[in-house]
Amino acid sequence: MTAHTGFSPKETPWVCGQCDIPLVLTPVDVGYMGNAFPVELWKCPNCGLVFVPEELALGKMLEVEKQLEDK
Amino acid sequence: MDQKELRELEAQCLQECAPTCTATCPVHVDVKTMLAETARGDFSAALKTYRKAVPFPGIISRLCDQPCQGGCLRMDSGGAIAIRDLERACVRLGEITHEKVRPLPKRKGHVAIIGGGVSGLSAAYELTRKGYAVTIFETGGALGGSLWQIDRDFLPAEVITEDLKIMDTLGIDVRLNTPISDVLELRREHEAVYLAVGAQTEEYFDLQRDEYGFIKTDPVTFETSVAGIFAGGGLRWGKEMHSSITSISEGRRAAISIDRHLQHVSLTAARGNEGPYQSCLFTNTDKIEPQPITPESDGWLYSRADAVQEAQRCLQCECMECVKACEYLKHYERYPRRYVREIYNNLAIVKGTRYANTFINSCSLCGLCGEICPEDLDMGAVNLAARQAMVKQKRMPASAFDFALRDMAFSNSDHFSFARNRPGTTSSDFVLFPGCQLCASSPQHVESAYDYLNTKLIDANVGLMFGCCGAPAKWAGEIELFNQTLARWRANLQTMGNPTVVLPCSSCYQTFKTALPEVQIISLWELYDRYGLPETTAPAVKRTIAIHDPCSARRERSVQDSVRHLAEQLGCTIEELPHSREKTVCCSYGGHMWLANPEVAGKTVRRRVDESPADYLTYCAMCRDFFANQGKRSLHILDLIYGEPGDDSAARPNPGWSQRNENRMRLKRKVLQTIWGEAMDGSQPYEAIRLIVADEVRARLEGRLILTEDIQRVLEYAERTKRRLRSPKTGHFLAYYKPTTVTYWVEYEPQADGFYIFNAYSHRMDVPGSQPPTSGGAS
Repeated sequence: MTAHTGFSPKETPWVCGQCDIPLVLTPVDVGYMGNAFPVELWKCPNCGLVFVPEELALGKMLEVEKQLEDK
Repeated sequence: MDQKELRELEAQCLQECAPTCTATCPVHVDVKTMLAETARGDFSAALKTYRKAVPFPGIISRLCDQPCQGGCLRMDSGGAIAIRDLERACVRLGEITHEKVRPLPKRKGHVAIIGGGVSGLSAAYELTRKGYAVTIFETGGALGGSLWQIDRDFLPAEVITEDLKIMDTLGIDVRLNTPISDVLELRREHEAVYLAVGAQTEEYFDLQRDEYGFIKTDPVTFETSVAGIFAGGGLRWGKEMHSSITSISEGRRAAISIDRHLQHVSLTAARGNEGPYQSCLFTNTDKIEPQPITPESDGWLYSRADAVQEAQRCLQCECMECVKACEYLKHYERYPRRYVREIYNNLAIVKGTRYANTFINSCSLCGLCGEICPEDLDMGAVNLAARQAMVKQKRMPASAFDFALRDMAFSNSDHFSFARNRPGTTSSDFVLFPGCQLCASSPQHVESAYDYLNTKLIDANVGLMFGCCGAPAKWAGEIELFNQTLARWRANLQTMGNPTVVLPCSSCYQTFKTALPEVQIISLWELYDRYGLPETTAPAVKRTIAIHDPCSARRERSVQDSVRHLAEQLGCTIEELPHSREKTVCCSYGGHMWLANPEVAGKTVRRRVDESPADYLTYCAMCRDFFANQGKRSLHILDLIYGEPGDDSAARPNPGWSQRNENRMRLKRKVLQTIWGEAMDGSQPYEAIRLIVADEVRARLEGRLILTEDIQRVLEYAERTKRRLRSPKTGHFLAYYKPTTVTYWVEYEPQADGFYIFNAYSHRMDVPGSQPPTSGGAS
């Protein structure tokens, strides 16, 4: 399955604080209530830390959470 | 909820009952709709509505004896609506849209109708539309019967001719100048006969007659003494009474019987409300401005403007009592009869989206609708049962009440909860149970109240017990958690020697009263009222306040009185709000409304605070704090009892969720230390982390329901594991961690004396890295 694009901004000010390397836009699975969604997030290629922007958490993610909860 | 319960609940809501005008009308003209259409000047729509019930609108709008007016609720405020005059205006001013009458496929059965007056014609009209072959036998030379004997000025010939044209389109076999003398013979030649020869008949066709001499008919089916022969209209009541609308009604109802007779089904089953009946609709007429009947401009006919004006006098009768009183019921733009159906459907969905979840979870469960409803339908009880069912079905949205349940869990954890007898005693006669939110909002008053009880109840041992009663679990539909919580209080009280529980909080009071009926309880306010104000109370300051009764004290008259009595002693002039005592409204905390639906909660609390400009006085910490959130000056009764001179407690803000936890924790630590000489142990490493938060960020976190503790846990994890993002540009860190069900993100900067917090947000979806990469890393 192709990851949904548009979930993350084209650039990010964040780097991995632990590995001290830039994050890379990467397809990752996010999940809720047993459902998984492939999305593109900025991610540390070394340790796997990701970046979820505030707009994503309070926007699309919240919307999908609510939809799944009402299913 | 099963089908039967659903129907019972639906039946309790009267909103869909026909208003008196329609119920009284023998053919049930939808007067309300017709007048609404007239009021907006749409005469054609109004005429169409009229014609649905009345096949001969020109004739009937002149002849009708308008029984509808008798029950018109406008009667006492200017006079009943001039319904017939408006009907005539609609006939004159509206355009008839001649839809082609579509008869059903032909059915087997030939019906003879004797008499071509309005009753016979109505029966013929109905029966041909059902697909039966109909022959009308009319003595005279034209259809219309006695209509032709009416004064031509009153009922012009062209009106009759115009209205009866509809009969030509139905394919009826009309035999004019054909008197019938042998009905039994006619019956042998036809499957059914309808006898409608009018009031002037002196012919009885060898049928049985009643005690008044009229042809005997069944009042419901209109069947005569001979099966298959039906009779109706004027012949049943004679010349003394003339009601063309009743003639039409009886023709139509006889047609229903004839149809059933021809189909060999019961003539009598389910025939309620066919003729005039008693309306069950409730309409509040308390605040209706009188308005006189509109006179006809030219003395006889309503002009367009007259008709609009007269129709606008119609009250558009409806109940909607609960909806008018409740922002929540209003918000969803329907009424309980519809709502219970939606709830039922929502619970029945096996696969698919449950659109009513938010509706069900948004109710404050305050019970006001049940108080107001003429049939006592309480949507709170319906919604609470629905929530319990959702939890049972494992279909309750995980986020719905999570925050409130975590708040409750905190209150019942060692951070706050404890129970002690008075030092040096092994049992209690009384125990003060201040509940969770008073301790969170005004911890110092709880200490004062405990001190008061020990001073006043001098011969009694007074213990202290902290925790949350369990109401939040009940509101969330979590019966199991609620019962576990109750079991804990039951066990504690038993250990303490079954003391009387002293309760300041009305929600705790309801919990104990209804779920632990074996426990003796008393409201703290009744005790203050009985034993008098403490000696320390500052001299009374004269002020005017409006009392807000918490919704959970709705039925507690004695508690309400105690608070009013105390308020008077404290120098207050009491203003009663429009909704008070048993009709009080919820502040929007009840039932977790504020959490499930901030929009509806906002409307609810704003409506309440706008009811009076006076400072509000209440006896629930949450009501007070929710009003304070709206900038409403509000006092808790304890603010008055224990306020220092010069305090402006009414301006005190809501402490906020984080501070509430902090206040509870500190209160427990303090009373354990000062009263029992005990130290509180078991604090978590993260609790020592100091946060520096600007007011604007604090307000944002409050709105997002992110607590200090949540942030401390993220920081503890990030700083310990160094798993965090960094911005080379600003030097800020961004870390995320999921302590239980929610992932929190915190943007921060370590400083010498703590952590400066720039922002925080959260989500419930799982993302990689929100917990330690290998299990066992975090604690």
